[in-house]
Amino acid sequence: MSTLWIFGDDVNTDQIVPGRFAPYMTSEAELRRFPFIEARPEFPELVQPGDVIVAGPNFGCGSSREYAAQALALCELGAILAPSFARIFYRNALNLGLPLIEVPAEELSPLRDRDPISLDLDSCELRHANGRIALRKPASFTREIWQAGGLIPYFQRTGHFPGEVAL
Amino acid sequence: MSTLSQQILSRASGRSAQPGDLITLTPDRVMLHDSIAPSVIRILKEQLGVTQLSNPDRVVVVIDHVAPAANLATAENQAALRKWVREQGIKNFFESGNGICHQLLIQEGLALPGEVVVGTDSHSTTYGAVGAFGTGMGSTDVAVCLAAGRTWMRVPEAIRVQVRGSFTEAGASNEHGVFELGPKDLALEIIRRLGAAGATYASIEIFGLDQLSIAGRMTIASMAVEAGAKAGLIWPGGLLDSPSWMQMPDRADYISEIEIDLAELQHRVARPGRVDDLVHVSEVQGLPIDVVYVGTCTNGRVEDLQTVARVLAGRKVATGTRLLVVPASAQVMQEVVEDGTAAALLSAGATFGPPGCGACIGRHMGVLAPGEVAVFTGNRNFTGRMGSPQAQIYLASPAVAAETAATGRLNAPSLAHSTPHLV
Repeated sequence: MSTLWIFGDDVNTDQIVPGRFAPYMTSEAELRRFPFIEARPEFPELVQPGDVIVAGPNFGCGSSREYAAQALALCELGAILAPSFARIFYRNALNLGLPLIEVPAEELSPLRDRDPISLDLDSCELRHANGRIALRKPASFTREIWQAGGLIPYFQRTGHFPGEVAL
Repeated sequence: MSTLSQQILSRASGRSAQPGDLITLTPDRVMLHDSIAPSVIRILKEQLGVTQLSNPDRVVVVIDHVAPAANLATAENQAALRKWVREQGIKNFFESGNGICHQLLIQEGLALPGEVVVGTDSHSTTYGAVGAFGTGMGSTDVAVCLAAGRTWMRVPEAIRVQVRGSFTEAGASNEHGVFELGPKDLALEIIRRLGAAGATYASIEIFGLDQLSIAGRMTIASMAVEAGAKAGLIWPGGLLDSPSWMQMPDRADYISEIEIDLAELQHRVARPGRVDDLVHVSEVQGLPIDVVYVGTCTNGRVEDLQTVARVLAGRKVATGTRLLVVPASAQVMQEVVEDGTAAALLSAGATFGPPGCGACIGRHMGVLAPGEVAVFTGNRNFTGRMGSPQAQIYLASPAVAAETAATGRLNAPSLAHSTPHLV
């Protein structure tokens, strides 16, 4: 079983990794210590591989700093579920192989912080204490990038970008 | 016809770009700044095995995010970046002190109408000020783009903003007796109408600003990302020559449209934490303010600094309040020195910082302490953005910033101090 972490609406990149903690000011090797360092200081210590973040709309708004997505990818999250994601964060997470899944807010409303859950990305299902949520099936290229472990291994293996005819 | 985004992306990708399509294109420019370039270079070398860029002339590198270096880590990173720029033969390199990346690309003609410009910075939407499709990307996307010579993107739907009326002349009041409303007030009104996620995955395309200066257009385009937009394009009319292939889109091309009458603008500020938590200044009027910060890619240009000097109108900065002024570029600094604006600000008690991003990202030169309250002409008021998460940031126009500096309290400019002939 994994644990659920609930966050609010419009979670921004400065909450995920404040600019003062981002590499350039610190070292990239320290990044795993900083996700939500000020917004939720216990998160980097307690989060376990496979845990899932559930949040309100517009998760990841703000900066283009990939460190926000990278810090969460380093936690080996199972996925982040939200009604919508800010677009640069969405791309950054995809590029790093961190699954983001859009789920309507009403379907997420029964979930509570620290609930035990299990997530199965193959069957697109999240099981929780009071039931299950059927997740929308991702685009085939999205799944292929997740499986490859990010955009770079996907691009190196296929020689093309999503939507591009193979050269 | 089709939206400006579709027209530009169709030309760049060599195919008919429809909203939702995945396309591949070669950007006209790729901008990297000092904050993110180190990770791009690392990905190029370690993950992509690229030691020499095939097309360095498309690349622009700017040192602006921590300029000049604040500590040993940033100094070492900047030294490594300078070495890489030399090795790659990148000619468009702007040293620390030249100014903010977005200001420089437009100032130096490195972003032009109809071009596609990607940058390692979310405020790359600023290039829409000259009718370029500017968008921000993360390190991996930019590194792969440099290695492959192309990138991929989803063609966005577009929201149309139709602006009516015109801004009043500097120092004059509008028909409602409101003074000193400018491009920042329009930018905030667009955010207020759309909300912080109102344009997510879409582009914002703005019409009716042919009379507005490029500086004013940059203020508005820079903030498009604060509504979640992928790009914020302003129709390149008036002072700009749009390319012959760029046509006026039809209203039917857009997924939605908002209309804004400039005569109805108000002095508003965004309360701490959310860019779209906009209230009329009267709702927060009189709040004691520790720091007034004028600068950034949104409001650090000549006309912004002139507005501040005009509203100060010979008054001093209030005791207990600090006024920090950070010009967007060395050229801006030079111009405000030559026209007397800098002298007016200095005699009012302002402190000038060197051109660059300054304290906008809370890294140096004006970082906020716990409990401090700032009025900021920038674009983001997120918790912890400029320093302590216990500090508070109100987003405001240069005019509101100036009146606040003079009174030490959050205030909008009033008739009593308006002396338009002074500057």
